[in-house]
Amino acid sequence: MSRRRKGARARQTGWNLVGLAVFLVMVFPVFWMISTAFKSNEQVVSLNPTWFPLHPTLSHFRDAMNKPFFWVDVRNSLIVVTVTVAISIVLAFLAAVALARYGFAGRKLFVVLVIGIQMLPQAGLIIPLYVVLARYHQTNALTGLIVTYMTFVLPFSVWTLRGFLLGIPKELEEAAMVDGSTRLGVFIKILLPLMGPGLVATSVYAFITTWNEYIFARVLLNDQSKQTVTVWLSYFLGSNRHTDWGALMAASTLTAIPVVVFFVLVQRRIAFGLTSGAVRG
Amino acid sequence: MQESSSNAAAGTLLGTSRRRRRLWGRTVQGAVPYGLILPVLVVIGAILGYPLYWLVKLSTEKYGLFELIRHQGVGIGLHNYGSVLHDGVFWHTLLRTVVFTAVNVTLTMVLGMLLALLLVRVTTFVRVLLTSGLVLVWSMPVVVAVQVWYWMTNYENGVVNYLLSHLGIGDFYQHDWYATTFSQLSVVTLLIVWGALPFVVITLYAGLAQVPPDLVEAAEVDGARGWRIFLDITLPILRPILLILTSLSIIWDFGVFTQPYLLIGQAKITSGNYLMSIYLFEEGYFKSDFGRGAAISILMLLMVAVLSVAYVRRMVRMGDAL
Repeated sequence: MSRRRKGARARQTGWNLVGLAVFLVMVFPVFWMISTAFKSNEQVVSLNPTWFPLHPTLSHFRDAMNKPFFWVDVRNSLIVVTVTVAISIVLAFLAAVALARYGFAGRKLFVVLVIGIQMLPQAGLIIPLYVVLARYHQTNALTGLIVTYMTFVLPFSVWTLRGFLLGIPKELEEAAMVDGSTRLGVFIKILLPLMGPGLVATSVYAFITTWNEYIFARVLLNDQSKQTVTVWLSYFLGSNRHTDWGALMAASTLTAIPVVVFFVLVQRRIAFGLTSGAVRG
Repeated sequence: MQESSSNAAAGTLLGTSRRRRRLWGRTVQGAVPYGLILPVLVVIGAILGYPLYWLVKLSTEKYGLFELIRHQGVGIGLHNYGSVLHDGVFWHTLLRTVVFTAVNVTLTMVLGMLLALLLVRVTTFVRVLLTSGLVLVWSMPVVVAVQVWYWMTNYENGVVNYLLSHLGIGDFYQHDWYATTFSQLSVVTLLIVWGALPFVVITLYAGLAQVPPDLVEAAEVDGARGWRIFLDITLPILRPILLILTSLSIIWDFGVFTQPYLLIGQAKITSGNYLMSIYLFEEGYFKSDFGRGAAISILMLLMVAVLSVAYVRRMVRMGDAL
């Protein structure tokens, strides 16, 4: 008996060790990014790597922020993200209400559209979007990028918000209707407050995908002063022979911070949108 | 509506008007969902439908920089398609992309399943730690991840070469990970699998929680052991989730662009290491041959559409829930 228990405990320790090893391997790149960002230049290029920068320096962050177009492109990203998300969430919420609360002819077709668009490979659309936007002089303009992003944020948001709406019992609204509320009244007084967390989570997730997007921004925006921060980061290396790895990692950290913070906040609420129904998370 | 219903004892005239009003009310009610989805439909139609029409049109035209400025293409029928389909590079790229996708998806799913099973077996502390780590990795923007991996695999002072050499795996001093196509795509694969694992593992782990413990116990009483239990109980229960995750991974990996494009780098991209999205980007956009690019886009969109059928079908069935 005790031998078997000892064996079970040894096995448990074994699994735990494997788990820890996996943790270290998975997290290492993130750790290495942050660690490099705080090292001195000698430590960064040394052939014997320093694991923990014991005398952290902020100079790389200063360099990254002082690089041309950093603040301009951060501002561009913020404008694009804010406008895209604000418009998309309002429109998507209306459509989500239709999907979650009404049966109507053509509903299935609309669902196919919402799901199907999310599957389109973005590279497959760069050519027509570029040519059409060029016709209307919307390349190299943030408006062109905003409308492009909306086509992808909308379907995703409709689907996610629909999921949140399904979680709110219909009986609540019906009861209010019986008490004499109008449909609009129910919408404002009951649905909207209950949907608060769902709306926030969806907005944040839309914020993240838009902030991270690369290929459309790369294709549609040419001027360095018009680009978004992901494109700015992708051009960081440039053609320098001596790469400033410390500053690159500091810039990467700066780009990732808002996303990481937001993502960790909403991950639980949103993660299952793509598989919802198959998993009860 | 309320007023008219309070007027109970009314003549025939009032009755018809009430009926008409009720009919009107019902029509309005029926129009509500259409009104609600209209804005989304308009935006999608304008920004996606219109360009898709253009895509088809462009694919039958000679449309380069000159035509872009002139706003007018020259119709050449199906010449673009013929040119692409007779291009050896297209077929090589397709084959490479299919193999690449197969390897990426297999690695993602197998490792994902193993890690999910591992999460069940570790103690709570390790599980919370590992899950937090996975969420952290999940949250990394792709462009950021590419830069970090590029730095780690740098041949001069990248940490990967140092670690491999010092762990006694071999001499990787100044080993160039971007010297051959195979090596380039291998690093890209590792990057993609690393980035995809968190979503797969966490979703599968949530699915494992659905496996009823008494079912497993009953099987154990009947003498079933680990592997048999997994095959006969766990796998069938996870089947729907596995199918969805696999289809999503296939669709994503087949169309992947950012990771290979940025990690290999524009300077090192040649027709010898194209993946489908990059082929399209280089031949269509970079060389400003939009007509031919449009033909490639349509071929690629058709392939992805075929790959997506199973997934979209399943999701639409879920969408039926009201």
